[in-house]
Amino acid sequence: MKKYLAFFRLRSAMGLQYRAAALAGIATQFAWGFIEIMAMHVFYTENTDTFPMDFPATTSYIWLQQAFLVLFSTWMMENEIFDSIVNGNIIYELCRPVNIYNMWFSRSIADRLSRAVLRCFPILIISLFLPLPYGLSAPAGLQYFLLFLITLALGLAVTVSFCMLVYVLTFFTISPQGLRILFTSSVEFFAGAIIPLPFFPENIQKIMELLPFASMQNVALRIYSGSMDNTQIQKAVILQLAWLVIITLTGKILCYFAEKKITIQGG
Amino acid sequence: MKKIYRFFKLYSHYISINARCMMQYKTSFFLSSAGQFLGSFNVFPGIFFMFQRFPSIHGFTYSEVLLCFSFILLEFSLAEIFARGFDTFSGIVRNGEFDRILVRPQNEIIQVLGSKFELTRIGKILQAVVMFIYGIKKSNVIWTFPKISAVIFTLIGGTVVFTALFMIYAALCFFTLDGLEFMNIFTDGAKEFGKYPAGAYGKKTLLFTTFFIPYALIQYYPVLYILGHDVPFTYIFLPLAACWFFIPAFLLWKYGVRHYKSSGS
Repeated sequence: MKKYLAFFRLRSAMGLQYRAAALAGIATQFAWGFIEIMAMHVFYTENTDTFPMDFPATTSYIWLQQAFLVLFSTWMMENEIFDSIVNGNIIYELCRPVNIYNMWFSRSIADRLSRAVLRCFPILIISLFLPLPYGLSAPAGLQYFLLFLITLALGLAVTVSFCMLVYVLTFFTISPQGLRILFTSSVEFFAGAIIPLPFFPENIQKIMELLPFASMQNVALRIYSGSMDNTQIQKAVILQLAWLVIITLTGKILCYFAEKKITIQGG
Repeated sequence: MKKIYRFFKLYSHYISINARCMMQYKTSFFLSSAGQFLGSFNVFPGIFFMFQRFPSIHGFTYSEVLLCFSFILLEFSLAEIFARGFDTFSGIVRNGEFDRILVRPQNEIIQVLGSKFELTRIGKILQAVVMFIYGIKKSNVIWTFPKISAVIFTLIGGTVVFTALFMIYAALCFFTLDGLEFMNIFTDGAKEFGKYPAGAYGKKTLLFTTFFIPYALIQYYPVLYILGHDVPFTYIFLPLAACWFFIPAFLLWKYGVRHYKSSGS
């Protein structure tokens, strides 16, 4: 455990170095938030009755989504890992007496967390001061806020374990391109990054909520503003835990087989 | 006139080199094109499901909104195909490649434009064309000569506007040496913004996108005319008017070239 914590610390320190990139990221995320809220506002003014969420809850959803974007964006996978598989540098990592799955897992979590820490506060603070209903509202209650933090962490773990699947599958396919595009574009859609899940028709929404993608950002962002009742929250958290276990186990088993018959590329 | 002829001859030569180069890796080309198609495909069902809930916004039905989006997507991808050189310009500045461009007896813009020709964006274009055809079919457009010219003018104007944006992005690299990620707001952000008709966002936004960064001129106004709304005939020329945006971009570029300090080794 200690060595994985060391990897975690190392990567966090690295991630915190890129301040200029973070600044540019913050500006972009702000603009994105505004555009999305403007679009949602168009729909809201068109017909208030068919709008499935409260408007302040929707804007909170969007701001939180922008603030914590790096925690959940699957297109931001680590190129270093793909490169090391393609060019053969992976051999150096395989020589080390560490479990490669655990190492990548801890460094991915660290990478995302450190970037999120740099970026989230300016967005959160400024959006809190924006006039309601366009800004970020206060959480629905203390227990909702605590649940938000817990499900945020669980959602991050599910997202990273999902990315791990892609990394491990790259051992078999070598070129990550096709896999990546397929995974990222489906994750974005099913996780509620394009439009929040409540905006889907009800029967489709029911199926989507069972999929692992709904256990990523969807749960935390909706709990924050109290858009889920207690039974829904319970179900969502159990699903998150279940998916986390299933995906991590699958990844570990795949990794075990990949390591057994790995071909090192390059020379 | 002779100069323009030479310009196009040289540019088409650049394009053919780039295209032949890409065709050496055919599988990679088809896979990347398919990726471009899939990568932006998820916006489409997103709009679809929103319109399951709301029959129309601002008087625009689902198919009409798709028409608006297809215009922006087409213009954006056309600009990406032709002006990709500007998009990857930070690399040219950083490794000193621009020094070599400057010493050649040829216009520097055409050399930068010719440095990349991103044919893989054909995937996005395909998607936009499908949306366009669907939108046109469903909204029962009766074609007349002015309407066809409106489509052509919009594509020209839009490609120029997005090219100008890429050019501004490249010109800023002269001062920062690195690509500025926040410029994405104006290019990719415009794609996000263009999902819905510019007029739907309210008066102020419409004014801003008419006079400041002319997104509305290359999407909203010509679409109104094509859909047969009661609007003046002059609307079909508005997309051409949007080409004014190229002037400040060009001036900024020229200013940047004059202040260029070599950074490579």
